[in-house]
Amino acid sequence: MADDPQEKQPPKPPASETPAVSTPQGEPKPPVATVPPKTVAPAAAPPPSSSGPASPTKPAAPATGAPAKPAAPPPPKPPAVAPVPLDNELVKRYRTRFADGLRAAWEDRKQAILVVERGRLEEIAKFTRDDEKFDFLSDLTAVDWPKRERRFDVVLNLYSFAHNTRLRLKVHAGENESVPSVSGVWSTANWLEREVYDMFGIRFEGHPNLTRILMPEEWQGHPLRKDYDILTQDTAWVRENLGIESGQ
Amino acid sequence: MPDARTSAFPNVETSILGADEIIINMGPQHPSTHGVLRVKLKLDGERVTGSECIIGYLHRGVEKIAEHRTYQQFAPYVDRMDYVAAVSNGLGYCEAVEKLLNVEAPLRARVIRTILTELQRIASHLLWLGTHALDIGALTPLFYCFREREEILKILEKYCGARLTTHAFRIGGLQYEAYDTLEHDVERFCKDFASKIEEYGTLLTENRIWLGRTKGIGVLSAKDAIDMGASGPVLRASGVKWDIRKAAPYAAYDQYKFEIPVGKNGDTYDRYVVRMEEMRQSRLICLQAIENIPTGPIMAKVGKVLKPPPGEVYHAIEAPKGELGYYLVSDGTVQPYRVRIRPPSFVNLQAFDKMVRGHMVADVVAIIGTLDIVLGEVDR
Repeated sequence: MADDPQEKQPPKPPASETPAVSTPQGEPKPPVATVPPKTVAPAAAPPPSSSGPASPTKPAAPATGAPAKPAAPPPPKPPAVAPVPLDNELVKRYRTRFADGLRAAWEDRKQAILVVERGRLEEIAKFTRDDEKFDFLSDLTAVDWPKRERRFDVVLNLYSFAHNTRLRLKVHAGENESVPSVSGVWSTANWLEREVYDMFGIRFEGHPNLTRILMPEEWQGHPLRKDYDILTQDTAWVRENLGIESGQ
Repeated sequence: MPDARTSAFPNVETSILGADEIIINMGPQHPSTHGVLRVKLKLDGERVTGSECIIGYLHRGVEKIAEHRTYQQFAPYVDRMDYVAAVSNGLGYCEAVEKLLNVEAPLRARVIRTILTELQRIASHLLWLGTHALDIGALTPLFYCFREREEILKILEKYCGARLTTHAFRIGGLQYEAYDTLEHDVERFCKDFASKIEEYGTLLTENRIWLGRTKGIGVLSAKDAIDMGASGPVLRASGVKWDIRKAAPYAAYDQYKFEIPVGKNGDTYDRYVVRMEEMRQSRLICLQAIENIPTGPIMAKVGKVLKPPPGEVYHAIEAPKGELGYYLVSDGTVQPYRVRIRPPSFVNLQAFDKMVRGHMVADVVAIIGTLDIVLGEVDR
């Protein structure tokens, strides 16, 4: 994991929780949404903090530190797909309700992404389902960023029948940190959380039956972690249960 | 040899069995489980009082493989998930990567994609109908369904050379131009199919045995269906009028007129009716599409090396089984950082326990059939 110098870094700076809280927020209607810290990003195009949500097309060229002016004429480039900070009504409602429970909000490829505090996920999920009418949990999954302080993203893809919109909620979780289960909010999460536990080893607190679902129960290791190589296997399990030396 | 799978039985309380209660094991080599699904059933006499699905026998680690392939290299792998609807899988993946790259396939490519995907939907539903009826005891429809499905597979074969795992589409458009008589073949199939589907109807729709075996079996209310994340025909049969082809049109679906059939009771019979009507609607979409296939290029300018800008995208399509979603994370290199596939079969199968409780053992096969699962997609 962290000892591998070639490890890929997160492409986008999805605000590790510490810097996010240091930015001023919780104030009523800040002019700019909480922008993920940009300095961590590699050569990727970071979202210029001063560009509002009204100008989603921006040059994809790497920003050279100069603050992009809102009135700057956009060069005729192919439409950029870099993430832009999001500060619409939805985000404002979350900010009013949860203050710094909402860590960051941005839009990527026109899809809204909210990063919320891990500890308050269940409460926020209930609000999302009942008040914001995102009653359909499409998908729940995780992404592993081993170099980051909190290595896992748990990602919820939601859909609202009432508004015909989608929303993505994210929480960050560290190696030994558990995430509140949302299986009491959306029953769909039951198996999906089991799969995330199986593949990443993230524990979900309050889950009724957190066992492996795809891999054999006594398998060692979590295959979708980045430090689990594609050729890795539980050799002992394979030898004992399949009676062969290797499954490769 | 210790097998923890036999002891992992948490949903069904094994220690507290009533006097008449037994636990039986169904699958993974049972012919009506459509693959390698294993179901543990807790029975009181012949009535099911609890169940647990044990899956993973076909787990191949598709999502892990994706992280070690380029975007183009991974495209053929998705055909191996829902292998009876490979074209739909490919469409979802190609469109998701296109969204990540922020390119759009040319209109001609999108129209041809729509035609082939709708044909594939008919083929997938035909396979479902044949095997579902076979499970319940109606042997005849299987032969008719496979006869029509064969015609569709021939069209796919003529188009791209493969019948099952087609890899028909490419990121950015199509590799192959439509062959000369594609319109003619599709038209001929659609003309014939109109009467054929009514034939199946005469075999089943008002058949008393069929009604007895499907009406009121495996009822899923709309509220439960949404809560369980069910999608596709399973959700629509419960009365929720939601189809991604209408809600968030992709490919060329915004250009064609079609209806979204919905059911009322959410039982096995309604799911049958909904899928039958979907086949008729798919046929209409195909007929509209071949009427006017626009000319022009079939490939957008995407280049040979795909390096999507860092970021992420979730793209969902209406596959024959339900919402098929791809969540892609790019780190700016030629390989995806993470590919998450939201399989409709996996999520729909979760509703199985709810649907099966209180029914007879013989209804279990009807309920597995009506969910229309493909284990290659459940386990990935």
